[in-house]
Amino acid sequence: MNIAWYIVLSSLLFATGVVGVLLRRSPMVILLCLELMLNAGNLALVAFSRMVGNAQGQVFAVIVMVVAACEVVVGLGLIVAIFRRRLPLNVDDLRELRG
Amino acid sequence: MEAVLFFIAAIGALGGAIGVIAMRNPFFSVLALIVHLFSLAVLFLLLTSAFVAAAQVVVYAGAVMVLYVFVVAYVGGGESAWEPIPGQRFLAPLLGIAIFVELAVAVLGSALKALDTHGPDVPAGFGDPAGIGRLLLEKFLLPFEASSILLLLAAVGAVVLAGRLKEESPASAGASVDAPSPGATP
Repeated sequence: MNIAWYIVLSSLLFATGVVGVLLRRSPMVILLCLELMLNAGNLALVAFSRMVGNAQGQVFAVIVMVVAACEVVVGLGLIVAIFRRRLPLNVDDLRELRG
Repeated sequence: MEAVLFFIAAIGALGGAIGVIAMRNPFFSVLALIVHLFSLAVLFLLLTSAFVAAAQVVVYAGAVMVLYVFVVAYVGGGESAWEPIPGQRFLAPLLGIAIFVELAVAVLGSALKALDTHGPDVPAGFGDPAGIGRLLLEKFLLPFEASSILLLLAAVGAVVLAGRLKEESPASAGASVDAPSPGATP
């Protein structure tokens, strides 16, 4: 398969993640959609690494995975903290920081 | 054969992604994301990156998704149907299509001639754990150590975020238990 197919698939997945972030209101699903976008970026990185024929791009993908894991841990910690304070788990209600 | 596998995995990845944003119950969203991640691992294998595919399955589909399932089970699912922005349901897919068209134009209009090839022929050990490990520990040692510090910070941050209320909640629970008791005892 040509590399362009992988890149187009990656941009399609990224757009799906964007739609999810815009559409959903539960912070948990928004975190899942962030995962979708990070994975789309990973797919593009690995595809470009294959295109160049150099494995260094895959190291980028591994580091992105680490960052995604950190993001998930902190995000889920925030969700648990919100839930414990009995605040609504809805990003439209949690708008104090919006100014 | 490779094309067939690519399209199966692509449909799986896309279906999983759409499932994540379409499912009402967050638990099913997590399950759809697991399908998506496994399909992406197949795509990584097709791109001859065995280590990233293995890390995808072990770290993402294994560890991170278990964390998600635990939090979904703890918090519980469902979201209200209330929409403060009128037309959000129609505007969001429109913006998503716009960003996809933009990205596709950027990719297909780029001057990268190698996009229409399979990529160069690579040696047999391309992207295997030994090669990635050598890169991580020699050329990319500093990012590797920085990411380990980042992981430690995230773990500490999660403990601080999720555990701080622990000393407050027994106090407030005790207060709420104590408050009616003077009224109840007489």
